[in-house]
Amino acid sequence: MADFGGTDLEAFRGEVRTWVEANFPAALKGKNPMQVEERNTPTPDMEAWRKAVGSKGWGTPTWPKEYGGGGLSSAEARVVQGEFARARAYNPIGGMGVMMFGPTLLEYGTEAQKQEHIPPICRGEIAWCQGFSEPGAGSDLAGLQTKAEDKGDHFVINGQKIWTSGAQWADWCFCLVRTDTSKKHEGISFVLFTMHQKGVETRPIPLIAGSSPFCEVFLTDALADKKNLVGPLNGGWTIAKRLLQHERSGLTGAGGGLGSGGKPIEQLAKEYVGVDEEGRIADSDLRTRLINNVMNMRAFQQTAVRAMVEARGNASPGNTTSIMKNAGTSLIQERHEMALEIMGHQGLGWEGDDFSAEELGAVRGWLFGKAFTIFGGSSEVQSNIVSKRILGLPDLTQSK
Amino acid sequence: MAVLTEEQSMLRDAAKSWVQEKSPVTAFRKMRDSGAELGYDVAAWNEMAEMGWAGVIIPEEYGGSDFGYLSLGLVLEETGRTLTASPLLASALGGASAIILGGSDAQKSAWLSKIAEGAAIATLAVDEGPHHRPDKVATTVSGGKLSGKKTFVLEGMAANVFVVSAVSGGAVELYLVAADAPGVTRTKLNLADSRGAANVSFDNVAVSDADKLTGGAALLEKTLDRARAGISAEMLGAAVQAFEVTLDYLKTRVQFGQVIGSFQALQHRAAKMFTELELSRSAVEAALTAIDNDAPDVPELVSLAKAKMGDTFHLVSNEMVQMHGGIGMTDAHDAGFYLKRARAAEAAFGNQAFHRDRYARIQGY
Ligand SMILES: Cc1cc2nc3c(=O)[nH]c(=O)nc-3n(C[C@H](O)[C@H](O)[C@H](O)COP(=O)(O)OP(=O)(O)OC[C@H]3O[C@@H](n4cnc5c(N)ncnc54)[C@H](O)[C@@H]3O)c2cc1C
Ligand SMILES: Cc1cc2nc3c(=O)[nH]c(=O)nc-3n(C[C@H](O)[C@H](O)[C@H](O)COP(=O)(O)OP(=O)(O)OC[C@H]3O[C@@H](n4cnc5c(N)ncnc54)[C@H](O)[C@@H]3O)c2cc1C
Repeated sequence: MADFGGTDLEAFRGEVRTWVEANFPAALKGKNPMQVEERNTPTPDMEAWRKAVGSKGWGTPTWPKEYGGGGLSSAEARVVQGEFARARAYNPIGGMGVMMFGPTLLEYGTEAQKQEHIPPICRGEIAWCQGFSEPGAGSDLAGLQTKAEDKGDHFVINGQKIWTSGAQWADWCFCLVRTDTSKKHEGISFVLFTMHQKGVETRPIPLIAGSSPFCEVFLTDALADKKNLVGPLNGGWTIAKRLLQHERSGLTGAGGGLGSGGKPIEQLAKEYVGVDEEGRIADSDLRTRLINNVMNMRAFQQTAVRAMVEARGNASPGNTTSIMKNAGTSLIQERHEMALEIMGHQGLGWEGDDFSAEELGAVRGWLFGKAFTIFGGSSEVQSNIVSKRILGLPDLTQSK
Repeated sequence: MAVLTEEQSMLRDAAKSWVQEKSPVTAFRKMRDSGAELGYDVAAWNEMAEMGWAGVIIPEEYGGSDFGYLSLGLVLEETGRTLTASPLLASALGGASAIILGGSDAQKSAWLSKIAEGAAIATLAVDEGPHHRPDKVATTVSGGKLSGKKTFVLEGMAANVFVVSAVSGGAVELYLVAADAPGVTRTKLNLADSRGAANVSFDNVAVSDADKLTGGAALLEKTLDRARAGISAEMLGAAVQAFEVTLDYLKTRVQFGQVIGSFQALQHRAAKMFTELELSRSAVEAALTAIDNDAPDVPELVSLAKAKMGDTFHLVSNEMVQMHGGIGMTDAHDAGFYLKRARAAEAAFGNQAFHRDRYARIQGY
């Protein structure tokens, strides 16, 4: 990793700026078509931009160059991010491969596994899904039952996964399976398999927000090659926990971006609710709650920055991501609720021309946002992690 | 914890070990039980001054070390842990800031070295009622005479010089008024937190232009922001300590055949407190750092820090009593000290409501 001083960094900035100007399609300016649904029906512009960024490795800027990453220092990565933002360009390389699977494989995978799976993630060619939760194993994930039988050079997998985001569009699945029924945590293995096979069937589940971004996944004699076992046999739990830390830090923007997008909430309030003669939001009860949320959000962002500074740029998500997940997600949900309240009846539109895109977005965002305190380990589960791992509080023994 | 320079780490470590050895909460209890007139232990304050803590923000030419506000905040955080009562906040930070920012050479020479040595106590006399309303000033200067009443002046009984806000020619100005000037009378206040405070009245006290600080209302705000950030650092230390003591209790107190810290109803509240403390630390350190950098957003960052820290200390001090059960209600336990200090510190230099409103006004809503 090059250690750029200030002047070299400026030179690099110039290089990135020129490159973005030359490669970013103007039609995509200000758009972010990275929702799973849109990402899976790309326009030619989107395809061109994905390929351009993918070939540079700048979508995964700090990942090693030898696996297709950008090989940049975190300072350089911030330059790339800054230049994209300046050009109002989105990062076309995303999804679960980038957010959680890639970082975990880089840490635990064999050389051959990294060579096979990381470069397509950096180029945005392969969509991954996460086969963890099951009908009987949610918060108590280690209670999972999906079974993998050892057949020499491959595993045969039977069972059911649920809530699998993007499974209907995914190419590959990183999956937790039971390889030993005599133990709980030590009987779990971490395997990879292609979704494009006979033994894998997906059924989309509609959400309260209207769309169906996740599925039930039925596994009936599905196959996984032995070479796609990550880590040791029955050693999948450690890897799963690490992956969940990456998931949490990605979800809350502990890594930086906790943007809810759109207009600042105080601006919305001024427009919909009006202001008094001193220019303050007219509804004083709302104003107080809104200030509180805005200030807490700022303290949250200050904490994200502080965590990064204290780790001197080498922030690797640890137990503190549990604090950040709970703090961040509750603030976002509070904000969703306030946006709705601010818009009044206009903030309850489901569809149609009577409502602006912003209003419809607020409703869907509010509904989907309820998932933030459930997935990636629910807020109650995070509080358990904080009290046990960070604060050292003991488990309950059998009640007397 | 912010990334510290070597000097800052040394200063913090020195403060930590002095506080633990020389100024545990038992020292505060002793001071309270003795009914100390000034509201602090003079011998302990002299030791603090000898270690240079009274001069942390004072320029070197006046005998200080000019280490800045984050550095002084580190000391305040440590002394805050054990509720150490001293004029560090009122004088070495509040009074000193006004003189550093608005004093003439003569005023600086007259006071700063003495403040840095701990030999003189300066303090802000700005409030005039039960609430912090620095823009509402009834005290006036006319014909060279200053008259008015100031309330809840920190270390008011110990002060040698007051920084007094008064309206002169229609504008708010700050004046340095010696405590022994004719016309100054003070009354000791006995507050729940046992710290030094007084009401001070000024009755036709003679002042001249030489007593006026330069900067008016803007200087007052700038000075107050420094005091607000400073007390937030003290509150951070106290709240962290209150939390740690409570956490220890959760790990040792046995009921229903197990330590009470194994009950999820308490675990999740402990996790919440820990989270709020982390967020508060970020806000406090950001405010102090912004002051050191003379950043344009000091006012909003300070209001954020004081409001956030106030909420958190409020929460933690209540939970400290609650989670200790009956023992937390006793005077023999320290929980009550933290509860009382929390409310007094919350009210000082603007409570949460004041700073939330101020933050929103600065942001234009
Ligand atoms: C939109 C969305 C997308 C998702 N995507 C994926 C995905 O891609 N892949 C995947 O594998 N999973 C995914 N999930 C599943 C998610 O991880 C689970 O929903 C989550 O782990 C909770 O499990 P559960 O739904 O079974 O709830 P349960 O575990 O049954 O929890 C029910 C309630 O009990 C509480 N609870 C449970 N245990 C405790 C405890 N010990 N102490 C206190 N309270 C407790 C929970 O906090 C919750 O409030 C997704 C979920 C959603 C909503
Ligand atoms: C002013 C006052 C007057 C009193 N008067 C009387 C009286 O006249 N007669 C009398 O007999 N007693 C009296 N008491 C005692 C009172 O009943 C006890 O203080 C109370 O039962 C709590 O017990 P504890 O103090 O031992 O706290 P603990 O039981 O040790 O509790 C400590 C903390 O742990 C929590 N906790 C304990 N168990 C659990 C659990 N299972 N789940 C979650 N949280 C838990 C408690 O809520 C508390 O926050 C009085 C107490 C006070 C403060």
